[in-house]
Amino acid sequence: MAKITINQQRCKGCLLCVSFCPKGVIKKSAKINQKGFVTVELNPQAECSGCTFCALICPDCCIEVYK
Amino acid sequence: MEKIFGRSESLRDVSTHYCPGCGHGIAHRLVAEIIDELGIRQKVIAIAPVGCAVIAYDYWDFDCCEAAHGRACAVATAIKRVRPQNIVFTYQGDGDLAAIGTNETIHAANRGENITVVFINNAIYGMTGGQLAPTTLIGQKASTAQKGRVAKEHGYPLKISEILASLPAVKYVERVSLHSPQEILKTKKALKQAFQNQIAGAGFSLVEILSPCATYWGMSPKAALDWIRDVLSKEFPLGRIK
Amino acid sequence: MKAAKKTEKILMAGNEAIAEAAFQAGCFFYAGYPITPQNELIAYMSYRLPEAGRVFVQAESELAAINMVFGASAAGVRAMTSSSSPGVSLKQEGISYLAGARLPAVIVNIMRGGPGLGNIAPSQSDYFQSTRGGGHGDYHCLVFAPAGVQEAFDLTVLAFDLADQYRVPAIILGDGMLGQMMEPVNTAVSVSRKTEKPWALTGCGNRPANVAKSFSLAEGALEKNNLILQETYCQIRKQEQRFETLLTDDAEIILVAYGTMARIAKAVVKQLRKEGKKIGLIRPISLWPFPDRAFSAAKKDKIFLVVEMSYGQMLEDVKLAINGRSRVEFLGRSGGGIPTEEEINSKIKALS
Repeated sequence: MAKITINQQRCKGCLLCVSFCPKGVIKKSAKINQKGFVTVELNPQAECSGCTFCALICPDCCIEVYK
Repeated sequence: MEKIFGRSESLRDVSTHYCPGCGHGIAHRLVAEIIDELGIRQKVIAIAPVGCAVIAYDYWDFDCCEAAHGRACAVATAIKRVRPQNIVFTYQGDGDLAAIGTNETIHAANRGENITVVFINNAIYGMTGGQLAPTTLIGQKASTAQKGRVAKEHGYPLKISEILASLPAVKYVERVSLHSPQEILKTKKALKQAFQNQIAGAGFSLVEILSPCATYWGMSPKAALDWIRDVLSKEFPLGRIK
Repeated sequence: MKAAKKTEKILMAGNEAIAEAAFQAGCFFYAGYPITPQNELIAYMSYRLPEAGRVFVQAESELAAINMVFGASAAGVRAMTSSSSPGVSLKQEGISYLAGARLPAVIVNIMRGGPGLGNIAPSQSDYFQSTRGGGHGDYHCLVFAPAGVQEAFDLTVLAFDLADQYRVPAIILGDGMLGQMMEPVNTAVSVSRKTEKPWALTGCGNRPANVAKSFSLAEGALEKNNLILQETYCQIRKQEQRFETLLTDDAEIILVAYGTMARIAKAVVKQLRKEGKKIGLIRPISLWPFPDRAFSAAKKDKIFLVVEMSYGQMLEDVKLAINGRSRVEFLGRSGGGIPTEEEINSKIKALS
């Protein structure tokens, strides 16, 4: 069992995490953050494996991974 | 559950000015992680470039020194020689290190200064708006080569790592990339080796990191990473060079 | 080469005296590049510093050398570079960065004939570059002009002390003659004043991180830094003006000359005084801050004759200091040409 948290205020909507998550845990969200960036959010149906790919590829250190 | 991935102490908890998908953000994080893992935050002194990463000292929480454009390796030479017990590294882009700073880079390497050089190669000038860089590919467009780089007029992409590897005093040169999590882990391993070399007093180490500049490549962040995988890393082959 | 005892004097060339002075003042880092007429200075440093466990680097260019000095100074040690006119031009960007980052350093310019590659003869045509600042931005360096080898020694030690005190770059402005001439020097130095450097880059340890920089994008931040610099320069103008006067009280014609040019002018004054002529001399020692106080006595009936190995650069500062209160005349030669006593004499005759 693993999970991630996303700092949506820091997210710049580059969507790299969405591309590299092997389990589809992250998806583009309709919400815009304070800086006007589209952000990402968790896909409740998907199951995080704690592989940290999303956190590794995130240029803005938005993602923390727990396992 | 235990946190297995998060911000390292050396990385300030602030948002950065970098564009969405910029490689600097990843590279800054990796450098900070290694400095924490090696326990050298209190001893390290960074030299920032002039370029997009000019305010890297706003993002790292350890002593940093500014350098005039291209002169980071000269500044680092002096700091390391007067403070050999400190860990000194430069963090430079392709314009800073391979255009205006080529002379300082080559001579610091040729003297075998015991410093670590983190070389971010994104094949374009970012801060000033997408101009031709020494590492821009043939045919790649830039604001100062709007029909694309032409060898006859602009010469060829400069292979700094290979040039420096030919210098006897250079200890370690590796070219890595940020275009996927796997490559990012390799980048981290190479950076760690480069810092460990310095701690062991082994001499000049350089890690060239192929890094995305989605904005001035005119691509989406993901397409930029794919372009590194499919195009840039063909011109700049990855792997241990020395 | 050990330091001399209090009274002992050693015959030394100007270049070497400056190098030994830096050593005695605790200079820990030196980077230089070969260029005539200051080669003896870098050669001297190449063995003098390492034998005391300090750092010498022959850099790949004068430009790299000044940036090394930037690094060493940022790391909190006393640092120096030296060169001659063309090489000093290459250092201007680095000097502007030193000023902007408020980093102390000593830069020695043994001037030679210019412009361009020029020649290796003495000259004073880098006065503007040194006193106005040859780099970009509103900044000044302390500029001292020795007229002899002992004074070159003493001013170099002073330069290190004041550079640290005010956190500004300091320039020793000599010329080819001063660099090569040999005179007896007492190399004993009273302890030069140590200044704490909490801002230095030493690895942050448990303190907040230090940053050595001159870059500030935030609204008003750079202006704030500039005001700090201006406040420093104002203090320096008040406290650090240095000059020598010779027989100026009753003088009708006052020569104004600095550095080795002042030695020739002094000879003229002494000779003409023997002939009963009322001639005097003002010798600026600090070129920045320019010693305007020396000209406070300027009156209608006095004539000032500025003599330089250039086509009139200090001349402008003299005019500014006198501000129309007296007549100011000029005699100068450049490109390695040195105004002779005869030329000065005939100019004086033409004036009176």
